Amino acid sequence: MLIRRPPDIPASEITGESLYQNRRAWLSTAGVTLAGLALPARARAWGGDDKLTPYDVVTTYNNYDEFGTGKDEPAKHAGGLKTKPWMVTVEGDVKKKGSIYLDDLLKGIPLVDRTYRMRCVEAWSMVIPWNGIMLGDLIRKLEPGTKAKYVEFTTLLDPKQMPGQESGVLGWPYVEALRIDEAMHPLALLTTGVYGKPLPNQNGAPIRLTVPWKYGFKGGKSIVRIRFLETQPRTTWNIAAPQEYGFLGNVNPNVSHPRWTQKEERRLGEFFKRPTLMFNGYADQVGQLYTGLDLKANF
Amino acid sequence: MTDGQVVRKILKPLVWIGCLAPAAWLVRGIVIGDLGADPVKTLTHTTGLSALTILLVTLGVTPVRRLLSRPSLVLLRRPLGLFAWSYAVVHFLIYAVFDHRLSVPEISEDVAKHPWVLVGFSALLLLTTLAVTSPAAAIRRLGARRWNRLHRLVYLAATLVILHFLWLVKRDVTEPVRYGVILGVLLLARAIPALVRSRRAGGAAAEAS
Ligand code: HEM
Repeated sequence: MLIRRPPDIPASEITGESLYQNRRAWLSTAGVTLAGLALPARARAWGGDDKLTPYDVVTTYNNYDEFGTGKDEPAKHAGGLKTKPWMVTVEGDVKKKGSIYLDDLLKGIPLVDRTYRMRCVEAWSMVIPWNGIMLGDLIRKLEPGTKAKYVEFTTLLDPKQMPGQESGVLGWPYVEALRIDEAMHPLALLTTGVYGKPLPNQNGAPIRLTVPWKYGFKGGKSIVRIRFLETQPRTTWNIAAPQEYGFLGNVNPNVSHPRWTQKEERRLGEFFKRPTLMFNGYADQVGQLYTGLDLKANF
Repeated sequence: MTDGQVVRKILKPLVWIGCLAPAAWLVRGIVIGDLGADPVKTLTHTTGLSALTILLVTLGVTPVRRLLSRPSLVLLRRPLGLFAWSYAVVHFLIYAVFDHRLSVPEISEDVAKHPWVLVGFSALLLLTTLAVTSPAAAIRRLGARRWNRLHRLVYLAATLVILHFLWLVKRDVTEPVRYGVILGVLLLARAIPALVRSRRAGGAAAEAS
């Protein structure tokens, strides 16, 4: 299927704020013009690269149903979320159990900057420069036991601060999980910042999961609990619509969503769609996690 | 001013302004490059919602006309219906161009594979049939009775659009349900008087709507 792979986004791209500003200016002038409408061929040619999605798009176009189902609602309603102090509870088959302040949880773990493609299951995508820690570093620090096969992440449950939780669109709190080998993969992050700034609430402050080879819904936000489990936990979207959202949630152009194709995606700001890459373009790095697995059955 | 003049001189221009407003807003957005983070989505959403909204207003004409005993309001029905259809056509074209680069095999596959697209497509075909048969000449050719029966399909088209809308949302059905309730009220507003009339006249009253 993938004959040619586009160049990868460097795993670590250290870019200053001024360069972002320039890119942003460039995008707003050149990104969306009538020329794009008139010249499909050129518009498609633009699609070949991975320009950073502007900061204001990353922070105003969000799926965070706890603050409303409209893309613009999280940015409007998440401002009141109190993220300091923040407690995280560590449970299950793990040595360092208990509730701990986030700052203490992360103490001593090196920060990393990673620019990743973010592919939403709704067939749109962004390119986001994240700041955070490697999830594997934290897991090693917490010292899970031998029975820990899965790691589960639970989002805050607090309808007073999260008005969307008053509605029944999903079962709350939001739960996501990874197999432990996926969680230990060096690409898996817990992010605390974006564009070198603290993570805005609408993006999942103060700490969220970022797994670039999986659909965006796998990235649980505003995490208050990490559990190490022996059996695979049920996850929120999988419970809501099991035929549409699997446990793995890997980006896979060959497995359609029942209601739309996943072969292509629209990079936000562009008019035409571009091909979706296997594992979101991270097949070389993560493919071996799934050798021998039927990805059509395990989607 | 007579009722007819009020409709022609005041209400009709208002209908044009109201119906062109969403298109003007979109054109402005295209020109100044401000259609939000996902411009194509803004275009499909705005044209789809405008088509549906105007379609529902079209369906409201007859009940309101009867309620107020203002027969000349019927003059608004055709322009409204044609605006609804035009937005639906643009809606489809945006999808065809930007989602499928006008590839007929790709579009056919999408229509065949995904029921919510098939339902939208069927609605578009119905609305197109109605648009084509909307001129006075077509009414004459078909005869009022047959024309009326044909144009009752507008209710089927609107129902299909609601289904299209319900089916495409990821999880939160609040908005399509809201539109569906309005359609339900409009359907009742036609069905109940029709029932009463047919009771009273023993079914003889095949009054042209
Ligand atoms: C072949 C016919 C059609 C196709 C392929 C089509 C396609 C689409 C697509 C791609 C969307 C956006 C889905 C999304 O990104 O969330 C959409 C939404 C919508 N369409 Fe259609 N459509 C068709 C016919 C119609 C017709 C005839 C109407 C109304 C008269 C209509 C009304 C709507 C509405 C109300 C929405 C929802 C807008 C929103 O999400 O806010 N569609 N349609």
